[in-house]
Amino acid sequence: MPKDSGIGVASKRREDFRFLTGRGKYTDDVALQGQLYAVMVRSEVAHGKIKKIDTEAISEMPGVRAVFTGEDFSEVGGNPAGWLINSRDGTPMREPKRPVLAHGKVRHVGDAYAAVVAETLQQAKDAAEKLAESAVIEELPAIVDMAGAISDSENRVHDEIDDNLCFDWGWIEDNREVVDKALTSSPHVTTLQLVNNRLVPNAVEPRSSIGEYDPGTGEYKLTTTSQNPHLTRLLICAFVLGIPEHKLTVVAPDVGGGFGSKIYHYGEEALVLAAARKLGRPVRWTADRSESFLSDAHGRDHLTTIEVGSTMDGEILAIRTSTLANVGAYLSNFSTVTPTFLHGTLMAGPYKVPHVYVNLKAVFTNTAPVDAYRGAGRPEATYSLERAIDKLSRELNLDPIEVRKKNLLTPDQFPYTSPVGLIYDIGNYQNTLDKAIELADLKNFESRVKKSKSNGKLRGLGLSTWIEACGIAPSNLVGQLGARVGLYDAATVRVSATGTIQVMTGAHSHGQGHETAFAQLVASKLGVAEDAVEIVHGDTSKIPFGMGSYGSRSLAVCGSAMDRAVDKIIEKGKKIAAHMLEADEIDITFENGNFTVNGTDKSKSFGEVAFSAYVPHNYPLETLEPGLEETAFYDPNNFTYPAGAYLCEVEVDPDTGKVTICSFTCADDFGNVINPMIVDGQVHGGVAQGIGQALTEQTVYNEEGQLLTASYMDYTMPRADDLPFLKVDHSCQTPCTHNPLGVKGCGEAGAIGSPPAVVNAVVDALNRGGHAVTHIDMPLSPHRVWQAMQG
Amino acid sequence: MTTVKLSVNGKEMSAEVEGRTLLVDVLREKLGLTGTHVGCDTSQCGACTVHVDGKSMKSCSVLAIDVAGAEVTTIEGMANPDGSLSVIQAAFKEHHGLQCGFCTPGMVMTAAALLKENPVPTEGEVRAYLEGNICRCTGYHNIVKAILAASGQDVAAMAGE
Repeated sequence: MPKDSGIGVASKRREDFRFLTGRGKYTDDVALQGQLYAVMVRSEVAHGKIKKIDTEAISEMPGVRAVFTGEDFSEVGGNPAGWLINSRDGTPMREPKRPVLAHGKVRHVGDAYAAVVAETLQQAKDAAEKLAESAVIEELPAIVDMAGAISDSENRVHDEIDDNLCFDWGWIEDNREVVDKALTSSPHVTTLQLVNNRLVPNAVEPRSSIGEYDPGTGEYKLTTTSQNPHLTRLLICAFVLGIPEHKLTVVAPDVGGGFGSKIYHYGEEALVLAAARKLGRPVRWTADRSESFLSDAHGRDHLTTIEVGSTMDGEILAIRTSTLANVGAYLSNFSTVTPTFLHGTLMAGPYKVPHVYVNLKAVFTNTAPVDAYRGAGRPEATYSLERAIDKLSRELNLDPIEVRKKNLLTPDQFPYTSPVGLIYDIGNYQNTLDKAIELADLKNFESRVKKSKSNGKLRGLGLSTWIEACGIAPSNLVGQLGARVGLYDAATVRVSATGTIQVMTGAHSHGQGHETAFAQLVASKLGVAEDAVEIVHGDTSKIPFGMGSYGSRSLAVCGSAMDRAVDKIIEKGKKIAAHMLEADEIDITFENGNFTVNGTDKSKSFGEVAFSAYVPHNYPLETLEPGLEETAFYDPNNFTYPAGAYLCEVEVDPDTGKVTICSFTCADDFGNVINPMIVDGQVHGGVAQGIGQALTEQTVYNEEGQLLTASYMDYTMPRADDLPFLKVDHSCQTPCTHNPLGVKGCGEAGAIGSPPAVVNAVVDALNRGGHAVTHIDMPLSPHRVWQAMQG
Repeated sequence: MTTVKLSVNGKEMSAEVEGRTLLVDVLREKLGLTGTHVGCDTSQCGACTVHVDGKSMKSCSVLAIDVAGAEVTTIEGMANPDGSLSVIQAAFKEHHGLQCGFCTPGMVMTAAALLKENPVPTEGEVRAYLEGNICRCTGYHNIVKAILAASGQDVAAMAGE
């Protein structure tokens, strides 16, 4: 009989009731007595000198309570990059200050240079509009094109950086010469230039922040749309405003999606806190959608040349990539690690490749900052590699499935040290590939091709065998590589006198269903009902510490911390039970919620032990403190390495170039799975974003640096009728060898593995239709596909 | 300022509004009904979908004064009278048709409008009807399943599972 609770069960989400009845509490839903409204005044030009901001012009307008400009924050710190990258020559990256409000210059359209606070939102908007009208900003030439930026010493995004280059990184620099030689001597070299299109994460809830200040105690509170409240607190306190860390509480309540864009600290958060302090009243700000497009961190935006050297029968001998990565106008918190250590280290993929070298230049431009977006560096690596292998197969007239099979690492080769510095602990890539082939009914593919043809359509098949590294760790290693934070996490398990349990986690759930899955984990281990466990997240005043949720780390890192804390609870429970049962501690076994003396029927339930811990009448007080609450910090000793195989079938309409996804099949290995329903949902969402990148989404700046795709009418996210039902499987499981749960991350997989499968399928369809197309850059809009077909 | 009277979820309510005040702002700011969300300001995402006199409407694109006197239903009015989840809401929970929950109120309101017009829709009809609602989390897979299930169909078979 299937289990109805515990690990591996599709428990329905406890979050859903509040969301389905309109009782979710998102930041903008919080209403406070005496609140004021802030509106940001944003640059309309991509690059300009601020000559004059006439704050007097609006000071008498109805309802206006304060106006802030960059001048007001010139004495405070800037928002730092979280990772120091050194260039190939050993010099540190260039790191210009990122102020709360632009000061002296504006550097991208949407760069906020002033803020107005008023009694009502409309009054604040009216005053902001007036302030913008009266501001004098001398427009400078916009630097938009990356290749142009690094060859232009006249025009500079930051005056002190002469070539607009943040860094020139080589990974691994010692591999460079040997890779050059290996490519020169390879019997075949495939070269592909490709664009990893710039994307906007577009969580449907816009960013929002509310600042509060209590002059009586000197305490601040920030309610904000964050994936990462502790890091936000740390950045504001240690780097930006200098508030003592114990005087600031950061709360991230229900958050409506993040996908990376809400990891980072943004200037608006500091602004509402500073304004609340100045005015002694709560100050709130919520982005409208245009502001979100202009000021949220964007994703991807790479220009890459990849070369893959191989034998004539498709054995890969060497890989070399050269990439320009856009970091935008300022360094967002993870913008320097995303294109480097989250990208270059994945360039060997799931393959046994002897030699790999990655060069990446990060470039400043007059565009919004670019940072981690779902997958963060790994989709870029996977796309380059999986497209190149497809091209290689086609050039050598080999079956792309066979070429992958020839090169995939085999189970006996783990642990495997890749030539780009990672140690893959475990995997079985053949299994997931075979599973995908079976689920996609590949044996009948040719008959489907014929059927499509009879309907006047071109059918194609695309494959991607992907791997990623997530749950980034360990802290001492990442520290050596330039990280300025640790990447552990923490959990407190608090058992009440009546045996119910609160778990305080450093993870933050903004769609991932942690409140359900983490409760399954803890309840299962303690043998109590899931309903007896409450998961508390998103409040720095309640949780010991945490690094938040991103990079598919929540279960692997935060869940492992929880597991360790539960171990400590059980350990203490055994001591209490031993005393109650007049037995030796080593003779106590904990199983199914009971502490039992081995070989006897003497036992105490978890609830009885918990009660005794808080009402310690029969308790070893001489040797043990009362109470039952434990905290664990967990620092993983490696990444986890989920992997899988994705197969996509498309139909192309030869008359219009329109691509239809006929089927999309995912066979993933996430190790052990806590809640398969939630894992399926994570893959669905990731794949939809990947298909969006491949077919519809594109962020366009024109030559003047104006963002042309700044609304949902211009930026095309997939809608329900752009997608079919997806086939998702995660029955191939090689449990992670180094975390106590045997789990790997699943949140980003879909977005990492899917774009190349889609593009490979379209290229296959066109070639089957007699069009010798080697590559089309994403997104594969009907226009681009049709043009490619015209030769 | 003008006084606008509305019947919201069966209760008579009134609010002082400016000519430019949107229906969604009346619901959220004046009446405290924060279940209706604003995601895009351009009537694309559908997070603000409510029913006005029985028809689904995007409340971010309607002036409050234009719907004076109307009967408005929001997500807060969709549960059963005893507070339990309605068939559509329960299907969203059963089939994991929501993740972050932000687009969810709009999805439920749109689903209710669809099933009122077309009680047994095909998969294609569900997908087409959702063209005005954007979800960034679910890839729509489980939303479509939930709506088909709420219509009483064998959704596992339809989804090829």
